[in-house]
Amino acid sequence: MTEKPAAPRTLPRHSATFDDYTLSEIRRAAATGIYDIRGGGAKRKVPHFDDLLFLGASISRYPLEGYREACGTNVVLGSRFAKKPIELKIPITIAGMSFGSLSANAKEALGRGASAMGTSTTTGDGGMTNEERGHSSLLVYQVLPSRYGMNPDDLRRADAIEVVVGQGAKPGGGGMLLGQKISERVAGMRTLPVGIDQRSACRHPDWTGPDDLEIKIEELREITDWQKPIYVKVGAARPYYDTALAVKSGADVVVIDGMQGGTAATQDVFIENVGIPTLPAVRQAVKALQDLGLHRKVQLIVSGGIRNGADVAKALALGADAVSIGTAALVAIGDNDPALEAEYQALGSTAGAYDDWQEGRDPAGITTQDPDLMARLDPVLAGRRLANYLAVLTLEAQTIARACGKSHVHNLEPEDLVALTIEAAAMAEVPLAGTNWIPGKNGGF
Amino acid sequence: MTSDPFVFDLAHQTVRDLNAALHALPPGSNETLWRVENPRGLHAIAAGVDADAAIEIGGSVGYYCAGMNKRAAITVRGNAGVGVAENIMSGRVHIKGDTSQAAGATGCGGTLLIDGNASARCGISMKGVDIVVKGSVGHMSAFMAQAGTLTVLGDAGESLGDSIYEARLYVRGAVKSLGADCIEKEMRDEHRAQLFEKLSLAGLAGEVDVSEFRRYGSARTLYHFHIDNLGNY
Ligand SMILES: Cc1cc2nc3c(=O)[nH]c(=O)nc-3n(C[C@H](O)[C@H](O)[C@H](O)COP(=O)(O)O)c2cc1C
Repeated sequence: MTEKPAAPRTLPRHSATFDDYTLSEIRRAAATGIYDIRGGGAKRKVPHFDDLLFLGASISRYPLEGYREACGTNVVLGSRFAKKPIELKIPITIAGMSFGSLSANAKEALGRGASAMGTSTTTGDGGMTNEERGHSSLLVYQVLPSRYGMNPDDLRRADAIEVVVGQGAKPGGGGMLLGQKISERVAGMRTLPVGIDQRSACRHPDWTGPDDLEIKIEELREITDWQKPIYVKVGAARPYYDTALAVKSGADVVVIDGMQGGTAATQDVFIENVGIPTLPAVRQAVKALQDLGLHRKVQLIVSGGIRNGADVAKALALGADAVSIGTAALVAIGDNDPALEAEYQALGSTAGAYDDWQEGRDPAGITTQDPDLMARLDPVLAGRRLANYLAVLTLEAQTIARACGKSHVHNLEPEDLVALTIEAAAMAEVPLAGTNWIPGKNGGF
Repeated sequence: MTSDPFVFDLAHQTVRDLNAALHALPPGSNETLWRVENPRGLHAIAAGVDADAAIEIGGSVGYYCAGMNKRAAITVRGNAGVGVAENIMSGRVHIKGDTSQAAGATGCGGTLLIDGNASARCGISMKGVDIVVKGSVGHMSAFMAQAGTLTVLGDAGESLGDSIYEARLYVRGAVKSLGADCIEKEMRDEHRAQLFEKLSLAGLAGEVDVSEFRRYGSARTLYHFHIDNLGNY
C-alpha cells in the first residue's frame, strides 16, 4: 500500500503588523500592567540626514585644498543680547544630560572631552555639580520645569543658560528618574527622599506661554546682569512657531531637538510616537529665523540623531549654527560597547541595543549611580575618547565643506544638498537628486 | 545705628540700574537700607539680590519681584505679580498686599510672608521655603511641594498639595479639596511647635492659636509607580 503524499502546505508566516517585537511588547504589557520605560531615542526608521547628499564641487564651483586651505569651524553663541557671548571652537556641543541619569564620572568625562576640543557641555535635570563645573571650560546651565538644584550662584557661575521647554524624545513630557538611581547625593541635590520614583513636572512652575516666558527670560537676565547667553530648548513638534515664539521671548539661541533625540528614561510609546524628526525640524526652524530676519543673529542649535561629520555638515547646510550630541557622546565614552556583551546578555539585552538606562545597572558605568559600576569608567580615558570623536566629526564636516568650496562650515548652504527620497526632499526642501523638484515647490521636474 | 535709606526712583531710573546697584553691593556695605519708589508693576524688581540689605518697595510690583533672593529683607507695600520670590534661597520677603500665581514657587529657603491672599499655585514645587499667607490661597497650591512649610490663615482652593512630597501644609480655614496623594495628618506637639515657630517668623506669635490649624501632607502612595494607583495619575 502506498502512502498518499502530504498535501503541500504554506510556510509559517509572520505578520508584518504583528511582528516579533510587537508580540513581545503585548506579552510584556499583559504580564506587568505598566508601560515600557527606557532610555535612548526613537528606534524606528524616520527620514533623516542619511537621505541627503552633498553635490560637491564641479566645473562651476571650485573646491578648497584639503590640509592646506583653511576651513573655519568656530561659532559664536549669544550675540543678540548677552554681554558675554560664548565662542566654541567647533560647531558641536554636548547636550544636557542630568547628573542622576549619568554618573559623576560620565559627567566628568564629557567635560574633559568637550573642554579639550574647545566646546561646551550642558547640565541637566538635577542641577550643577562641582565636578562638571570644574571640568567644563564652557558650561551651559539648564533651567527646567523641576528646578532641581536651581540656585542663583550656579546661574552666575554658568557660561550660558538654557531654558528647557521640551526634549525631542518627549515633547510635552516631564523628566523621570526611577528609585534605583536616586542615591543619597542625587536625592540631596533634588531635595527629594532617597529611593523614590521621581517624575518631574512637564510645565514650568512660574510661567505659561510666550508672554510669560519673555518676562521669565528678563528675570534671568536681570539676575545675571545681562551677561549670559540665554538659550531656549524645545522638542521638535511645531518648530516654525516654537522658534518664532522663542525669538519673540528674547532668546539668544534656539535649540531644536528632533524625535530621534535621546532621553535618560521615558515611556517607549512616547519616544516612538510623539514629535517630528530632526530633518524637517531644522528646515522649519531656519525658515522662522529667516522670516524674522534673524537667521545667524539668533543662533540655532540642532540635535537628535547626530552621529558623524556628514550629519553635522548637513545640519549646518540646512541653516543650523551648531549641533548638539547626547547618545553619540555616550557611545564615544563607552556606552553599549561590544566588549561588555556578556554583561549586556546577563541583563537580557545585547550590546548596541541596551537601553534600560533607568535601571541604573549600566555595565559601562555611565547611566548608573552604583559606585562599583561607576568606578569602571575612567574619566580621563573616556574624556580622551570623546575628544577624539569630536575631532573626527569636525574633520569630516570640514572635508565636506572644502569639497563644496567653503572656507567656513557655516558657508554650507541648502544649494549644496540634494535628497535621495521624495520624503526627504519635501521635509528638507532640497531637490530630489537628479531633478529640480522639491515637492510642494516649483511644480514638476 | 540707622542711616538714611538709599532712594531709587523707578519713575526716572530703570530696573536694570536698580538691580545692577543691588548686585554690586560689596560685602559689609553700609548701604543696607534701600527704598524703591514708583515700582509701577515693573518686572524683576530686586531680583537676584545677595546682600544683607533691607529693601522697601513703595507700591505694587510685576512678575518675579525678589526672584532667587538671598539674605535680603524685601518689603512690598502693595501687590505682587506672578512668581514673587520664586526660588528664594534665604532672607525674607514680605508682601503687604495680595499676590498673583506661583508665589514662592520652587523656593529653597528663607521666608515669604503675604499679608493678603495668594492666587493659584502658591508654593508650587517649593523646596524648603517657609511661606505664611494671612489670607487665603488659590487652587493647586503646594503642587509637587518637596520641602518647607506653607501656612495659610484663611482657606485653600481646590487640589491643595497635589502630588506633594515632604512639605508640610498648615491651614486654619476650609480646604476646598485635596489633590492626589495629599491627606490630612495628625497635628502632634512637634507640628504645633513648628507651626508656632513659623507664625513667629511672620510676627504672629501669640496672635493666632495653633490649635485652630489642620495639617496636610503626603500619603506617600505615589512615591513608587503602582498600577493600582492608576486612577490618581
Ligand atoms: C542620558 C540622557 C539624559 C538626558 N537628560 C536631559 C536633561 O536632563 N535635560 C534635557 O534637556 N535633555 C536631556 N537629554 C536629551 C539631550 O539633551 C539631547 O536633546 C539628546 O540627547 C540629543 O539627541 P541624541 O541623543 O540623538 O544626540 C538627555 C539625553 C540622554 C541620552
